[in-house]
This record gives sequence, structure tokens and C-alpha cells, in this order.
Amino acid sequence: MSGFFNSSIGRKYAMALSAFFLMIFIVQHFAINILSVFNPDAFNEISHFMGTNPLVQFGLQPILLFGVIFHFVMGFILEIRNRNARSVKYVRNNGAANATWMSRNMIWSGGFILIFLVIHFIDFWFPEINTKFIQGDMSGLLPNGDYRYYEELTHKFVPIWRVALYCVGFVFLSLHLLHGFSSAFQSVGANNKYTRGLKGFGKAYAILIPLGFIFIALFHHFNH
Amino acid sequence: MNLTLKIWRQNGSQDKGRMVDYQVSDISKDMSFLEMMDVLNEQIINKGEEPVAFDHDCREGICGMCSMHINGEAHGPDKGITTCQLHMRSFKDGDTITIEPFRAKAFPVIKDLVVDRSSFERIQQAGGYISVNTSGNTQDANAIPIDKHAADKAMDAATCIGCGACVASCKNASAMLFVGAKVSQYALLPQGQVEAVDRVKNMVAQMDLEGFGNCTNTGACEVECPKGISLENIARLNREYFKANVKG
Repeated sequence: MSGFFNSSIGRKYAMALSAFFLMIFIVQHFAINILSVFNPDAFNEISHFMGTNPLVQFGLQPILLFGVIFHFVMGFILEIRNRNARSVKYVRNNGAANATWMSRNMIWSGGFILIFLVIHFIDFWFPEINTKFIQGDMSGLLPNGDYRYYEELTHKFVPIWRVALYCVGFVFLSLHLLHGFSSAFQSVGANNKYTRGLKGFGKAYAILIPLGFIFIALFHHFNH
Repeated sequence: MNLTLKIWRQNGSQDKGRMVDYQVSDISKDMSFLEMMDVLNEQIINKGEEPVAFDHDCREGICGMCSMHINGEAHGPDKGITTCQLHMRSFKDGDTITIEPFRAKAFPVIKDLVVDRSSFERIQQAGGYISVNTSGNTQDANAIPIDKHAADKAMDAATCIGCGACVASCKNASAMLFVGAKVSQYALLPQGQVEAVDRVKNMVAQMDLEGFGNCTNTGACEVECPKGISLENIARLNREYFKANVKG
């Protein structure tokens, strides 16, 4: 199978499989984050569990990091190869006549998501790693004895510039998913009688999940 | 109709190439696009200049030879047709029409609008066939019962004329619709099963070797294909390739 992943089709499978993994992760991330709106105590509890459970921290988290890095690196490698496949460009090319903007600009939406992710890591992930593994504080508590997760989250969404930045990031995530969701299924060979329904579900997923994240950011900005 | 034509002129594969403007007048809306090109070439020849080289053969949408990229689209603005089936009624008097060759690293320009699509031939030679014993004991193909649904899909895939519009339209210059169609037409039939594993592995290996890009499922190939070859064939190619690699 080593030859398989060196082929053009094998790389499509690899991109699709990492995409499936990331799309499931996004749902899980959203399910936890939306608790911060409806039930802050439950949000604190589950955040503490996810942040301190060894299986999550040392099992799932490295796999997630690998999935994210792999998807981006492979995406950029494929883009370079694909650009090389047409060394002389058309003087006039009407790309909109046969394909959607989203499908033709996955590298741009993906690139903006990467920038957003770097900011997101600086905002949340790096401070979390610093608190837990450098300062050694695994308690998850503030000096007053309350859990810190909800407080940290709401504090981050006070500045309007950060809320705006996150909203733009999720718009690009939506644009990426509008093509990426159904594209991943096509890449693994799933094109059958269920494809039409799957495309509809994919569009709903690509709009509702990022919209939900935007709602969370706006909710905390206007309520704190 | 009076038209301005912006045409890619390239004197051989080593020439850098450039766009050249031409004016044509009194073009009938009933002419085919290639007939309009014939009028232009007569005009150029009468001036003692080199006519525009372009591919054509049957001029009825069967052979897949004509290969122009017109106003930013393979085979022009109309869907489901080849360049030879495009008529001048699709344009307006005074229009400027941009005409370029199909662009892909695997389709090098030979001259002007003529490109070398022999990479498709090499992909076919790598596995796009079935081996049949023709020693005199050949079984009648109709003696093997084939599900109507599968036969229809195989026939749909077999309508690919290998014109290269899929490659020309794809932003990645990917040939997967062509290879998908050629693999599918055999994968769906019992006669194609014997060599199924080697066929898909060899054809994909040759496709990659030729320098075509990776498919990113934009669907542009399906939209521009003059024969309406479906993306289902690319999905089938992906499945067949995966199965072949699992089998070894």
C-alpha cells in the first residue's frame, strides 16, 4: 500500500480521510463550546475532563495535531503539483462557467483557516499548554476556587477585534466546507444514490456549524 | 457578423507563442466555428501569411480532434458539444473571441492551436483494453448475460471521445475524468474483470507519469465534457484503484 499513497488517487484518499477526521473533531469542538452558552457549569466540567484526561491529552491530541498538520501540508503540496501541471496559463479562463468559487479556491480558504488556527492556538492552546505542562497547574481552578475555563473563554471574547477576526475565520471555514464536505466523499469513491442527500447535508453542516461558532463568539461578547 | 479574433500563435513547440488579433467580416451565423476558422485562414493565405493551425477531422462531434479553448471554456460557451458543433449563432456581431489551445503540461503545443494529446494514447496502451483469444474459439460477447443497468453505465462511459476538454477545463489539468471513463467502461462488464487489477494500477501510474494534475472534485470536467461523462466515473476509478491496491 506504500505505492498507493504516492499516487495521485492515494493522495486524494489521504486528504479525504484527514478531512473526515477534522470534520468529526469540529462537531465535537462545537458540541462542547455551545455548552458555554447554555450551561457554563457543564462547560467547565467537560473542559476540565478534556484538558486533563491522559487519553485525550496524550492519545487523541497528538493524533489531532498530526491530522491538522497533515491536511495543511498535503494540501499545499498538492496545490504546487497542480499548478505545475499547467505551466502556461490561459490568457482568458472562465472558471466560474463550470465550477463554484469554493471549489476553485480551496487553497485560499484553507490558507485563511491556517492563519485563523495560528491565532486560535496563540489565544487558547498555547496558554493552556503553558498552564498545565510548564507551570504544572492541573487543577483547572482560579484563585477563588472556581473553574477557570468559562472565565477564560468569555474574557477572550471581550475585544471586538477578536470577535470580528473569529467571525471572518469561520466564514472561511464555511466556504472551505461547502466544497470540502462532499468532495471528501467523492474522493473515497462514494458517489451513488445517496450523493444528492449527502450534498444537502454537507451544505447544512458547512453553514450551521460555523454559524454556531460565530453565535458563541457574539453571545459572549454581548453578554460580558 | 464582424468579429475580432484573438488567437494564440506559436510556431512550433520551442516558440514562446503570443496572442495575435485578426478581423473577420461577413461571417454567417449559420457557419460552424471551424468554418469561420476556414474563412479566416483563406483570408490569411490570400495575404501570403501562415494560416492558423488547428486540429479537426470528422466535424460532427465524434472524433474528438478539435480542441480549442474559446472565450475561456473548452469547446466554447455552449455545453455538451465539441468545437466543430459550435455555431456562430452563439456569438454576437462585434464580439471579440479569444481562442487558445488546450493548456496542460501533458498536452504540449505542437503549433498554434494544435496540441499533442498522445499522453492519452499512452494511458490507454497501459491498460485500456481487454485481451481476447481470437484463435477461432472466440466466445460471442452476447453469450455473457450483462445487467442492463451496468451495460448502460458502461456504454455511457464508453462514449468518451478522448478530446481532452476535461483536462483543459480542470484548474489542475487533471485527466481523471478521461481515465475514470476508460476504467469504468471495462470495470462494469464481466469481460473487464480478468485484467481489472493491473488495468487500473497501470493506467493511473501512466497518468501520474505524464504529469497530469490531481483531481480536486471541482466538477468542471463534467460540465465541459461534450459527451456528458459523469463524475461517478471518477468515484468508480477511485474505488477500483483502492480495491486493486488492497488485492495487491
